[in-house]
Amino acid sequence: MRNWWWKIGCLLLVGYTVVGGFLMPVPRLDILNETIRNLYFHVPMWFTMIVLFGCAFWYSIKFLRTGNLIDDIYAVQYTNTGIFFSILGMCTGMEWAQFTWGAAWSNDPKELGTAMCMLIYFAYTILRGGLKDEEKKAKISAVYNVFAFAMMIPLIFIMPRMVDSLHPGNGGNPAFKQYDLDKYMRLVFYAAVPGWILLGLWISSLNIRIGLVKYKRENDL
Amino acid sequence: MLKRITSTIYILLITRLAANAETEMADTLRSNGKIYVVVMVLATIFAGIFAFLVYLDRKISKMEKEK
Repeated sequence: MRNWWWKIGCLLLVGYTVVGGFLMPVPRLDILNETIRNLYFHVPMWFTMIVLFGCAFWYSIKFLRTGNLIDDIYAVQYTNTGIFFSILGMCTGMEWAQFTWGAAWSNDPKELGTAMCMLIYFAYTILRGGLKDEEKKAKISAVYNVFAFAMMIPLIFIMPRMVDSLHPGNGGNPAFKQYDLDKYMRLVFYAAVPGWILLGLWISSLNIRIGLVKYKRENDL
Repeated sequence: MLKRITSTIYILLITRLAANAETEMADTLRSNGKIYVVVMVLATIFAGIFAFLVYLDRKISKMEKEK
């Protein structure tokens, strides 16, 4: 039972998000109606993905510096969990878009940017699957992961902001400008983001520990 | 002239009504209290997911100790 406090924090934050996300007042806006509450669930998926890919990037660089295969396990599992959250973010986004923008996919610049980013990360898992030698697999995929993270920044943060987009706050300013005016939404949203990020870190920590146990067993045998 | 006045009044009335119409929200679900059912269902699902995560966490801890 090591370090349970942040898991309890995660439980409290996400639990509060689920209850508060439905019961707290939200602004009455046309077209969006009650779906504005998706902000507490859809947006944190992407934030979690970015944090997890950031951790993977960190451990990939660490692996390239040290050559320690344990760092490779960390990088892989953070990437896998990040991909999982990106799929959740994409599915929730398409569901939301279907009912507010009229179509699940409308070639919005942010949609295209994230889709490209996801494909780059899918290629990472395929690349790993295609290499047999452990050392080589770790090294090549670490280099690729650094590249993938470096590609994610322009695809998600820069490119969608340079053109007009259906997403709020694009074509100039960062998001949440109009939501920030509403103090009740902020009360839930600022709890939702760390809550979901902690959940992502928790799930990846479980994956990492399984990977470490497996690695140790294989090396003892 | 009369026709003009009546049509002006009509237009004014219609715009007034349109301005008064509020954006539709889940007010009925809230007024008859059934929103709490949705919250309860979701809370149950999250309790289940968290219980599973805790179970998995402890199982992995046990596996780590076996080494």
